[in-house]
Amino acid sequence: MTDHAARAASFVADDARLHWHDKAVWFVRNKRDIARSFVPEWEELRSLGSQIKTHTLSRLADYLEQFERNAIAAGAKVHWARDATEHNRIVHGILRERGVTRLVKSKSMLTEECHLNEHLEENGVEVVDTDLGERIVQFRREPPSHIVMPAIHLKKEEIGELFHEKLGTPVGLSDPKQLTEAARGHLREKFLGAQAGLTGVNFAIASTGGVVVCTNEGNADLGTSLPPIHIACMGVEKVVPSPHELAVFLRLLARSATGQPITTYTSHFHGPRPGAEMHIVIVDHGRSGILGREEYRNALKCIRCAACLNTCPVYRRSGGHSYGVAVAGPIGSVLAPHVDAKKHAGLPFASSLCGSCSDVCPVRIDLHHQLFTWRGELSARGLVPLRKRVISRLSAWVLARTWAYRIFGKLVRMFAPHLPNPWTRTRDLPPMPRESFRAQWRKRVGPK
Amino acid sequence: MSDRSDILGALRAVAPFAAPLPDLTRLAAVRYPDIRDRFAKSVVEVGGRCLFVDGTLEDALATIPEYLQALKVVSLVPGVAKANVDLAAIKDPHQLADVDFCVLPAELAVAENGACWIVHHGGPNRAAAFLTQHLAVVVPANALVHNLHEAYARIQFPSPGFAMWLSGPSKTADIEQALVIGAHGARSCTVLVTS
Repeated sequence: MTDHAARAASFVADDARLHWHDKAVWFVRNKRDIARSFVPEWEELRSLGSQIKTHTLSRLADYLEQFERNAIAAGAKVHWARDATEHNRIVHGILRERGVTRLVKSKSMLTEECHLNEHLEENGVEVVDTDLGERIVQFRREPPSHIVMPAIHLKKEEIGELFHEKLGTPVGLSDPKQLTEAARGHLREKFLGAQAGLTGVNFAIASTGGVVVCTNEGNADLGTSLPPIHIACMGVEKVVPSPHELAVFLRLLARSATGQPITTYTSHFHGPRPGAEMHIVIVDHGRSGILGREEYRNALKCIRCAACLNTCPVYRRSGGHSYGVAVAGPIGSVLAPHVDAKKHAGLPFASSLCGSCSDVCPVRIDLHHQLFTWRGELSARGLVPLRKRVISRLSAWVLARTWAYRIFGKLVRMFAPHLPNPWTRTRDLPPMPRESFRAQWRKRVGPK
Repeated sequence: MSDRSDILGALRAVAPFAAPLPDLTRLAAVRYPDIRDRFAKSVVEVGGRCLFVDGTLEDALATIPEYLQALKVVSLVPGVAKANVDLAAIKDPHQLADVDFCVLPAELAVAENGACWIVHHGGPNRAAAFLTQHLAVVVPANALVHNLHEAYARIQFPSPGFAMWLSGPSKTADIEQALVIGAHGARSCTVLVTS
């Protein structure tokens, strides 16, 4: 069993919950389909998004330098971090020098990837995640299970219990509206008391030096318009050439993510507000390595919409925590092995290779091809369990020989239902046909 | 500085073959036969209200219950009768924590997504737009565009400065996918289209 399967075991043990999760996530995929149907040029838009990213990746260093120049001209201070450790050190340094002990954060998958919260908390900074879903999982001391909907794995009754304990809401309160209201009151206090605000970056515009942050709740905006310090953390791949290209991605992002035509707030920050400071931290953390690998570099096109998670039959039925990384789902499974191939060797196998991820990706990342390529690479590097390698070899041998295939088919039809099989732990084996397809075909159309 | 040169050097060393930037002017983006109608529908779809102002702005505002009930009103649009916060006297954005209603001008509005382009021209009062319990956005009818491509073709960024697309009221669906209006920001958003 892969690590992914082992971690998914407790999730799939609760059958009713599994199907509830499956349905909840599929509901979002469905909203994406509806939103897409209102944009006649959708497929062309996806192609343009992909081509813009291909172009930008081919000149990434130039665009980053241009972005840096313009961001500095607008009054921001730009920092560079080659890895997570350096990123965390820079952010903590900015806070320490200014005596900041209360930080409000809006969503940033990069800081999840870098484990920034843990680092700051160890150094005595109170970090409050202000996205409602992120606050919920932060209260539970667990990572987000989805990049857009961090608490999608939880039921409202569980959130009600959590809020009763943490925020003093009445016992048994589980109405989403009332729970949201309680969080609104709690987080208002945190916004008003914060000494600095940290945001992620959805897009960085090279030609203007601005960063664009998208939220529905308005938490990034409260977090940056009250305290006098704004820190924006971005991966090197977030840069786009100009506002014209930005238009393409903004049209794709929210529709792909939640089925909205655009997020409620799409904020364009060009430098700090008067009397305030703005810091931009540009992070590599393995991205240049991915850029150097032709078969995988398209993964850097990702705009973190989570459409591939929502459509993935494995994600929907195993939950985000089963992936064991900040970014779950198909995109997480192709990114994680770059960071630690041995540790995450199981993830490219957490897929049926159905290709649905590639079909919905707004920037046409060849996700299922990358998953497949990873399987071959991990196997060649000896990082795949022996049993899996033996089975793969055996299957390849059988599939290449008609006579072996016939005999093997017969054996499977006879014995498969009676053999111990880990595959059937969470699924039912379909009844075996009495005859092979070949035999049935011959009966229907006669001998050739 | 070493991280900077390391990163840029690493990215240059492995840069893929140059690929051209696609020509976006050739994209035939969606346009609507009735742009006003599509904009109004989009605003409603994102949880907002859309009013076309025939008479005075004040008459239109007077049809918004949240405006009538508001005690503390900030307006960045001149001539709003109930505006009672002297923005020049605001030295710290925290002074705006109890704003009930805020009226903002928009320079552009987009039919495909109901978004209004709001530019903030300096000062500590940017927070008013996010702290307020309820919002109204005033946009002239001739500032409507069909889609985001047309919008960005007309935008000049204030630099330094802040600008945003605002599309409806603050919202969340983080608890079991149930849509709740009024997450952290405005609980209602009314767009007033003036002629």
